[in-house]
Amino acid sequence: MRLGYAIPVVVFFALAVALYVGLGLKPRDIPSALIDKPVPTFDLAAVKGRDMGLKTADLNNGEVALVNVFASWCGPCRVEHPLWMDVQAAGKVPLHGINYKDDPDNAAKWLDRFGDPYTRTGADRNGRVGIDWGVYGVPETFVIDRQGRIRYKHVGVMTRDILDGRILPLVRQLQEQKQ
Amino acid sequence: MIAEVGHFALVLALVLAIVQSTLPIIGAHRNIAPWIAVARPAAFGQFTFIAIAFAALTYAFIVSDFSVATVARNSHSAKPLIYKISGVWGNHEGSMLLWILILSLFGAAVALFGNNLPPRLRARVLSVQGMIGIGFLLFVLLTSNPFERLANPPVDGNGLNPLLQDFGLAVHPPFLYLGYVGFSMAFSFAIAALLEGRVDPAWARWVRPWTLAAWCFLTVGIALGSWWAYYELGWGGWWFWDPVENASFMPWLLGTALLHSAIVVEKRDTLKAWTILLAILTFSLSLLGTFIVRSGVLTSVHAFATDPERGVFILAFLAFTVGGSLLLFAWRGPSLKGGGLFAPVSREGALVLNNLLLTTACATVLLGTLYPLFLDALTGEKVSVGPPFFNSTFVPLMVPLLVAVAIGPMMAWKRGDLAGAIGRMKFGFFAAAAIAFVTWYQTTDGPVLAVFGMAVGVWLVAGSIIEWAGRIKLFSINPADSWRRLRGLPRAAHGMALAHIGVGLVVMGITGVQSWTVENARVMRPGETISIGNYDLTFKNAGTIQGPNYSALRGIFDVSIDGDHVTTMAPETRSYPTSTMTTTEAAIRPTIVGDLYAVIGEPDGKGGYATRFYVKPLVHWIWFGAFVMVIGGLISLSDRRHRVGAPARRTANKTLAEASA
Repeated sequence: MRLGYAIPVVVFFALAVALYVGLGLKPRDIPSALIDKPVPTFDLAAVKGRDMGLKTADLNNGEVALVNVFASWCGPCRVEHPLWMDVQAAGKVPLHGINYKDDPDNAAKWLDRFGDPYTRTGADRNGRVGIDWGVYGVPETFVIDRQGRIRYKHVGVMTRDILDGRILPLVRQLQEQKQ
Repeated sequence: MIAEVGHFALVLALVLAIVQSTLPIIGAHRNIAPWIAVARPAAFGQFTFIAIAFAALTYAFIVSDFSVATVARNSHSAKPLIYKISGVWGNHEGSMLLWILILSLFGAAVALFGNNLPPRLRARVLSVQGMIGIGFLLFVLLTSNPFERLANPPVDGNGLNPLLQDFGLAVHPPFLYLGYVGFSMAFSFAIAALLEGRVDPAWARWVRPWTLAAWCFLTVGIALGSWWAYYELGWGGWWFWDPVENASFMPWLLGTALLHSAIVVEKRDTLKAWTILLAILTFSLSLLGTFIVRSGVLTSVHAFATDPERGVFILAFLAFTVGGSLLLFAWRGPSLKGGGLFAPVSREGALVLNNLLLTTACATVLLGTLYPLFLDALTGEKVSVGPPFFNSTFVPLMVPLLVAVAIGPMMAWKRGDLAGAIGRMKFGFFAAAAIAFVTWYQTTDGPVLAVFGMAVGVWLVAGSIIEWAGRIKLFSINPADSWRRLRGLPRAAHGMALAHIGVGLVVMGITGVQSWTVENARVMRPGETISIGNYDLTFKNAGTIQGPNYSALRGIFDVSIDGDHVTTMAPETRSYPTSTMTTTEAAIRPTIVGDLYAVIGEPDGKGGYATRFYVKPLVHWIWFGAFVMVIGGLISLSDRRHRVGAPARRTANKTLAEASA
């Protein structure tokens, strides 16, 4: 019975260890397994009301591209959304969207309401493709090089600093490389 | 200069916190009266210096002193004054300062109002408060100094996320913090009780008002946050199971359990170890919430600029505070046994059920929030848990709790009469059945769960009224006698009935908005009419207007029902040039049966505008219900037994006499 009183402290230290490991994982970095690897094989239909879907071949056509994982139920996606509208307006790099575990109607309305920054969209309704991409949480953003390899991954809300300081310079650098 | 004064005041506060956390606790242990007496002036001093620091930062924000790094990053000279002030806590550094200010405020409140506390208990409580203060002051001074200067101050600041530039959001963090930090009182009292090795009814009587006050603040904070999400984010959602929302909801769930278990300690002198554990865990979850928001282990719309260094510091602090207090609990807890026995069917039994369900619900929310992290730490696999997980685990746990809330208060202490209570609920059962039938009839195709949800809500409201009416024997004796009984009833009884009614209203509100929301969205041109529910909306015109630091697209809609004009709605989309962001200002027409919610978006370039409309039935009942819960809490808080009064003082003296005997 006396041991029962020690249960909370034991559980807590297990939790603390997991949190410490979690801090060390730096969830904002890509898992090393995926970096410089070709994008997973997939083929997704477009989000409702849009006609261009997204599949592996679309990311392996000699063009540098950005892929953004988003969902209408995701608050942070709303925060970073204006940045994507800017990227779209600038027209320097194509931006594709993977709509993660979303209701088709909600996704379509979300894009109609706030604006659709994506050249192509893929509706990943059951999250299967998300697993292949190693999606940790929504939103996430990937930089894909000319050979269709994942070169960089950002987890969480995109900020102006990270976009201008890391993502776009990397895109320019990859675009300058020969095919 | 002002900023340096603030910085210096923080250092002085840290010194005082160190004094406050050592001398009194040693004095209490060794019975050295002058050391015990240090606790009160130290607590006042700590509060004074932190208040000076906070005032200094507020001043820097008001005069837009961009040589202070925090101000430069988070303010802008074009911002309205109120948002300059709210900008003080709208960022990591300032919000930590607000947190500490509130912590020291509670410490000063114990020093000021704690006349009826035995001096040794008070000294121990204040020492524990001082230790928490040391942790947070070190955190601010070492990792997030709000007074850091910039060598080359910018001409203008970086603004504040315009999504956060809103009245609801400006006032909601202070309430949330009052709630979070308020639970530190229950925590300090729990640690002090473990050190003294004694928990008695008097202890529970001191802890309850602090817990109740913290609970009221937290309820207001959560409700305001949810209300903000509803009208600002532009799609009418009111709860997203976002990690930060969960971080505030978990202490609320456990705090609610603590409120109820403290009653058992006070009235029946049992469940002591459990109540102590709850007090520790409630505050631990508040700390965990702080960790989640600031460490970057989970991402969220609310997350401040994250920094692993800060994460490590908070985790170390968390391990020390929570781990240390749970170790103390493992060591001293077993000595807290004893107290009254009770049958499973009794008021105590009902409160234990309440505690079990609330704690389990809290555990599922914790699991859902941290599961992705654990899986990653253990297997490297990455998953995400969305609202579906929470809806399918949390709701089934809440249903038995809600059903039981109506019956629990009718149980007698020690041994209750379940059949009798159910007999008294006859009317409640009929009311619930009637509303279920009406709901089913009105919405034949609607979700079955909605019928059930409305019935549970009505059951809860009816049960609370029946219980309350039974206490004053309404209609069974003459009204004058009922009135006399009503006035004689302790305020806590009125408070409980109201708070439970509030829960019922929240349940009905959630059911209404989740089940029967209708929406209509399309591109509209001026002159066109759209209908939704029984409303017809005519789009009159759209134009651009200028705000203090934004420009907005505003649409004007005439709203009518069956041809009768009822109101005009003017939703806006605002653009903030300094941060290239847009926000939605939905127009909302709230009524008691539901809201009409209108949003206007970008023009399509051909004279049309993207528009979206919702009818959200009963949605305001969610916040109204929360308001009723808080009013119930405040009425209970004003109960004579909770105030510094003669009966309490007598108990204090008695305890003191026992202690010295």
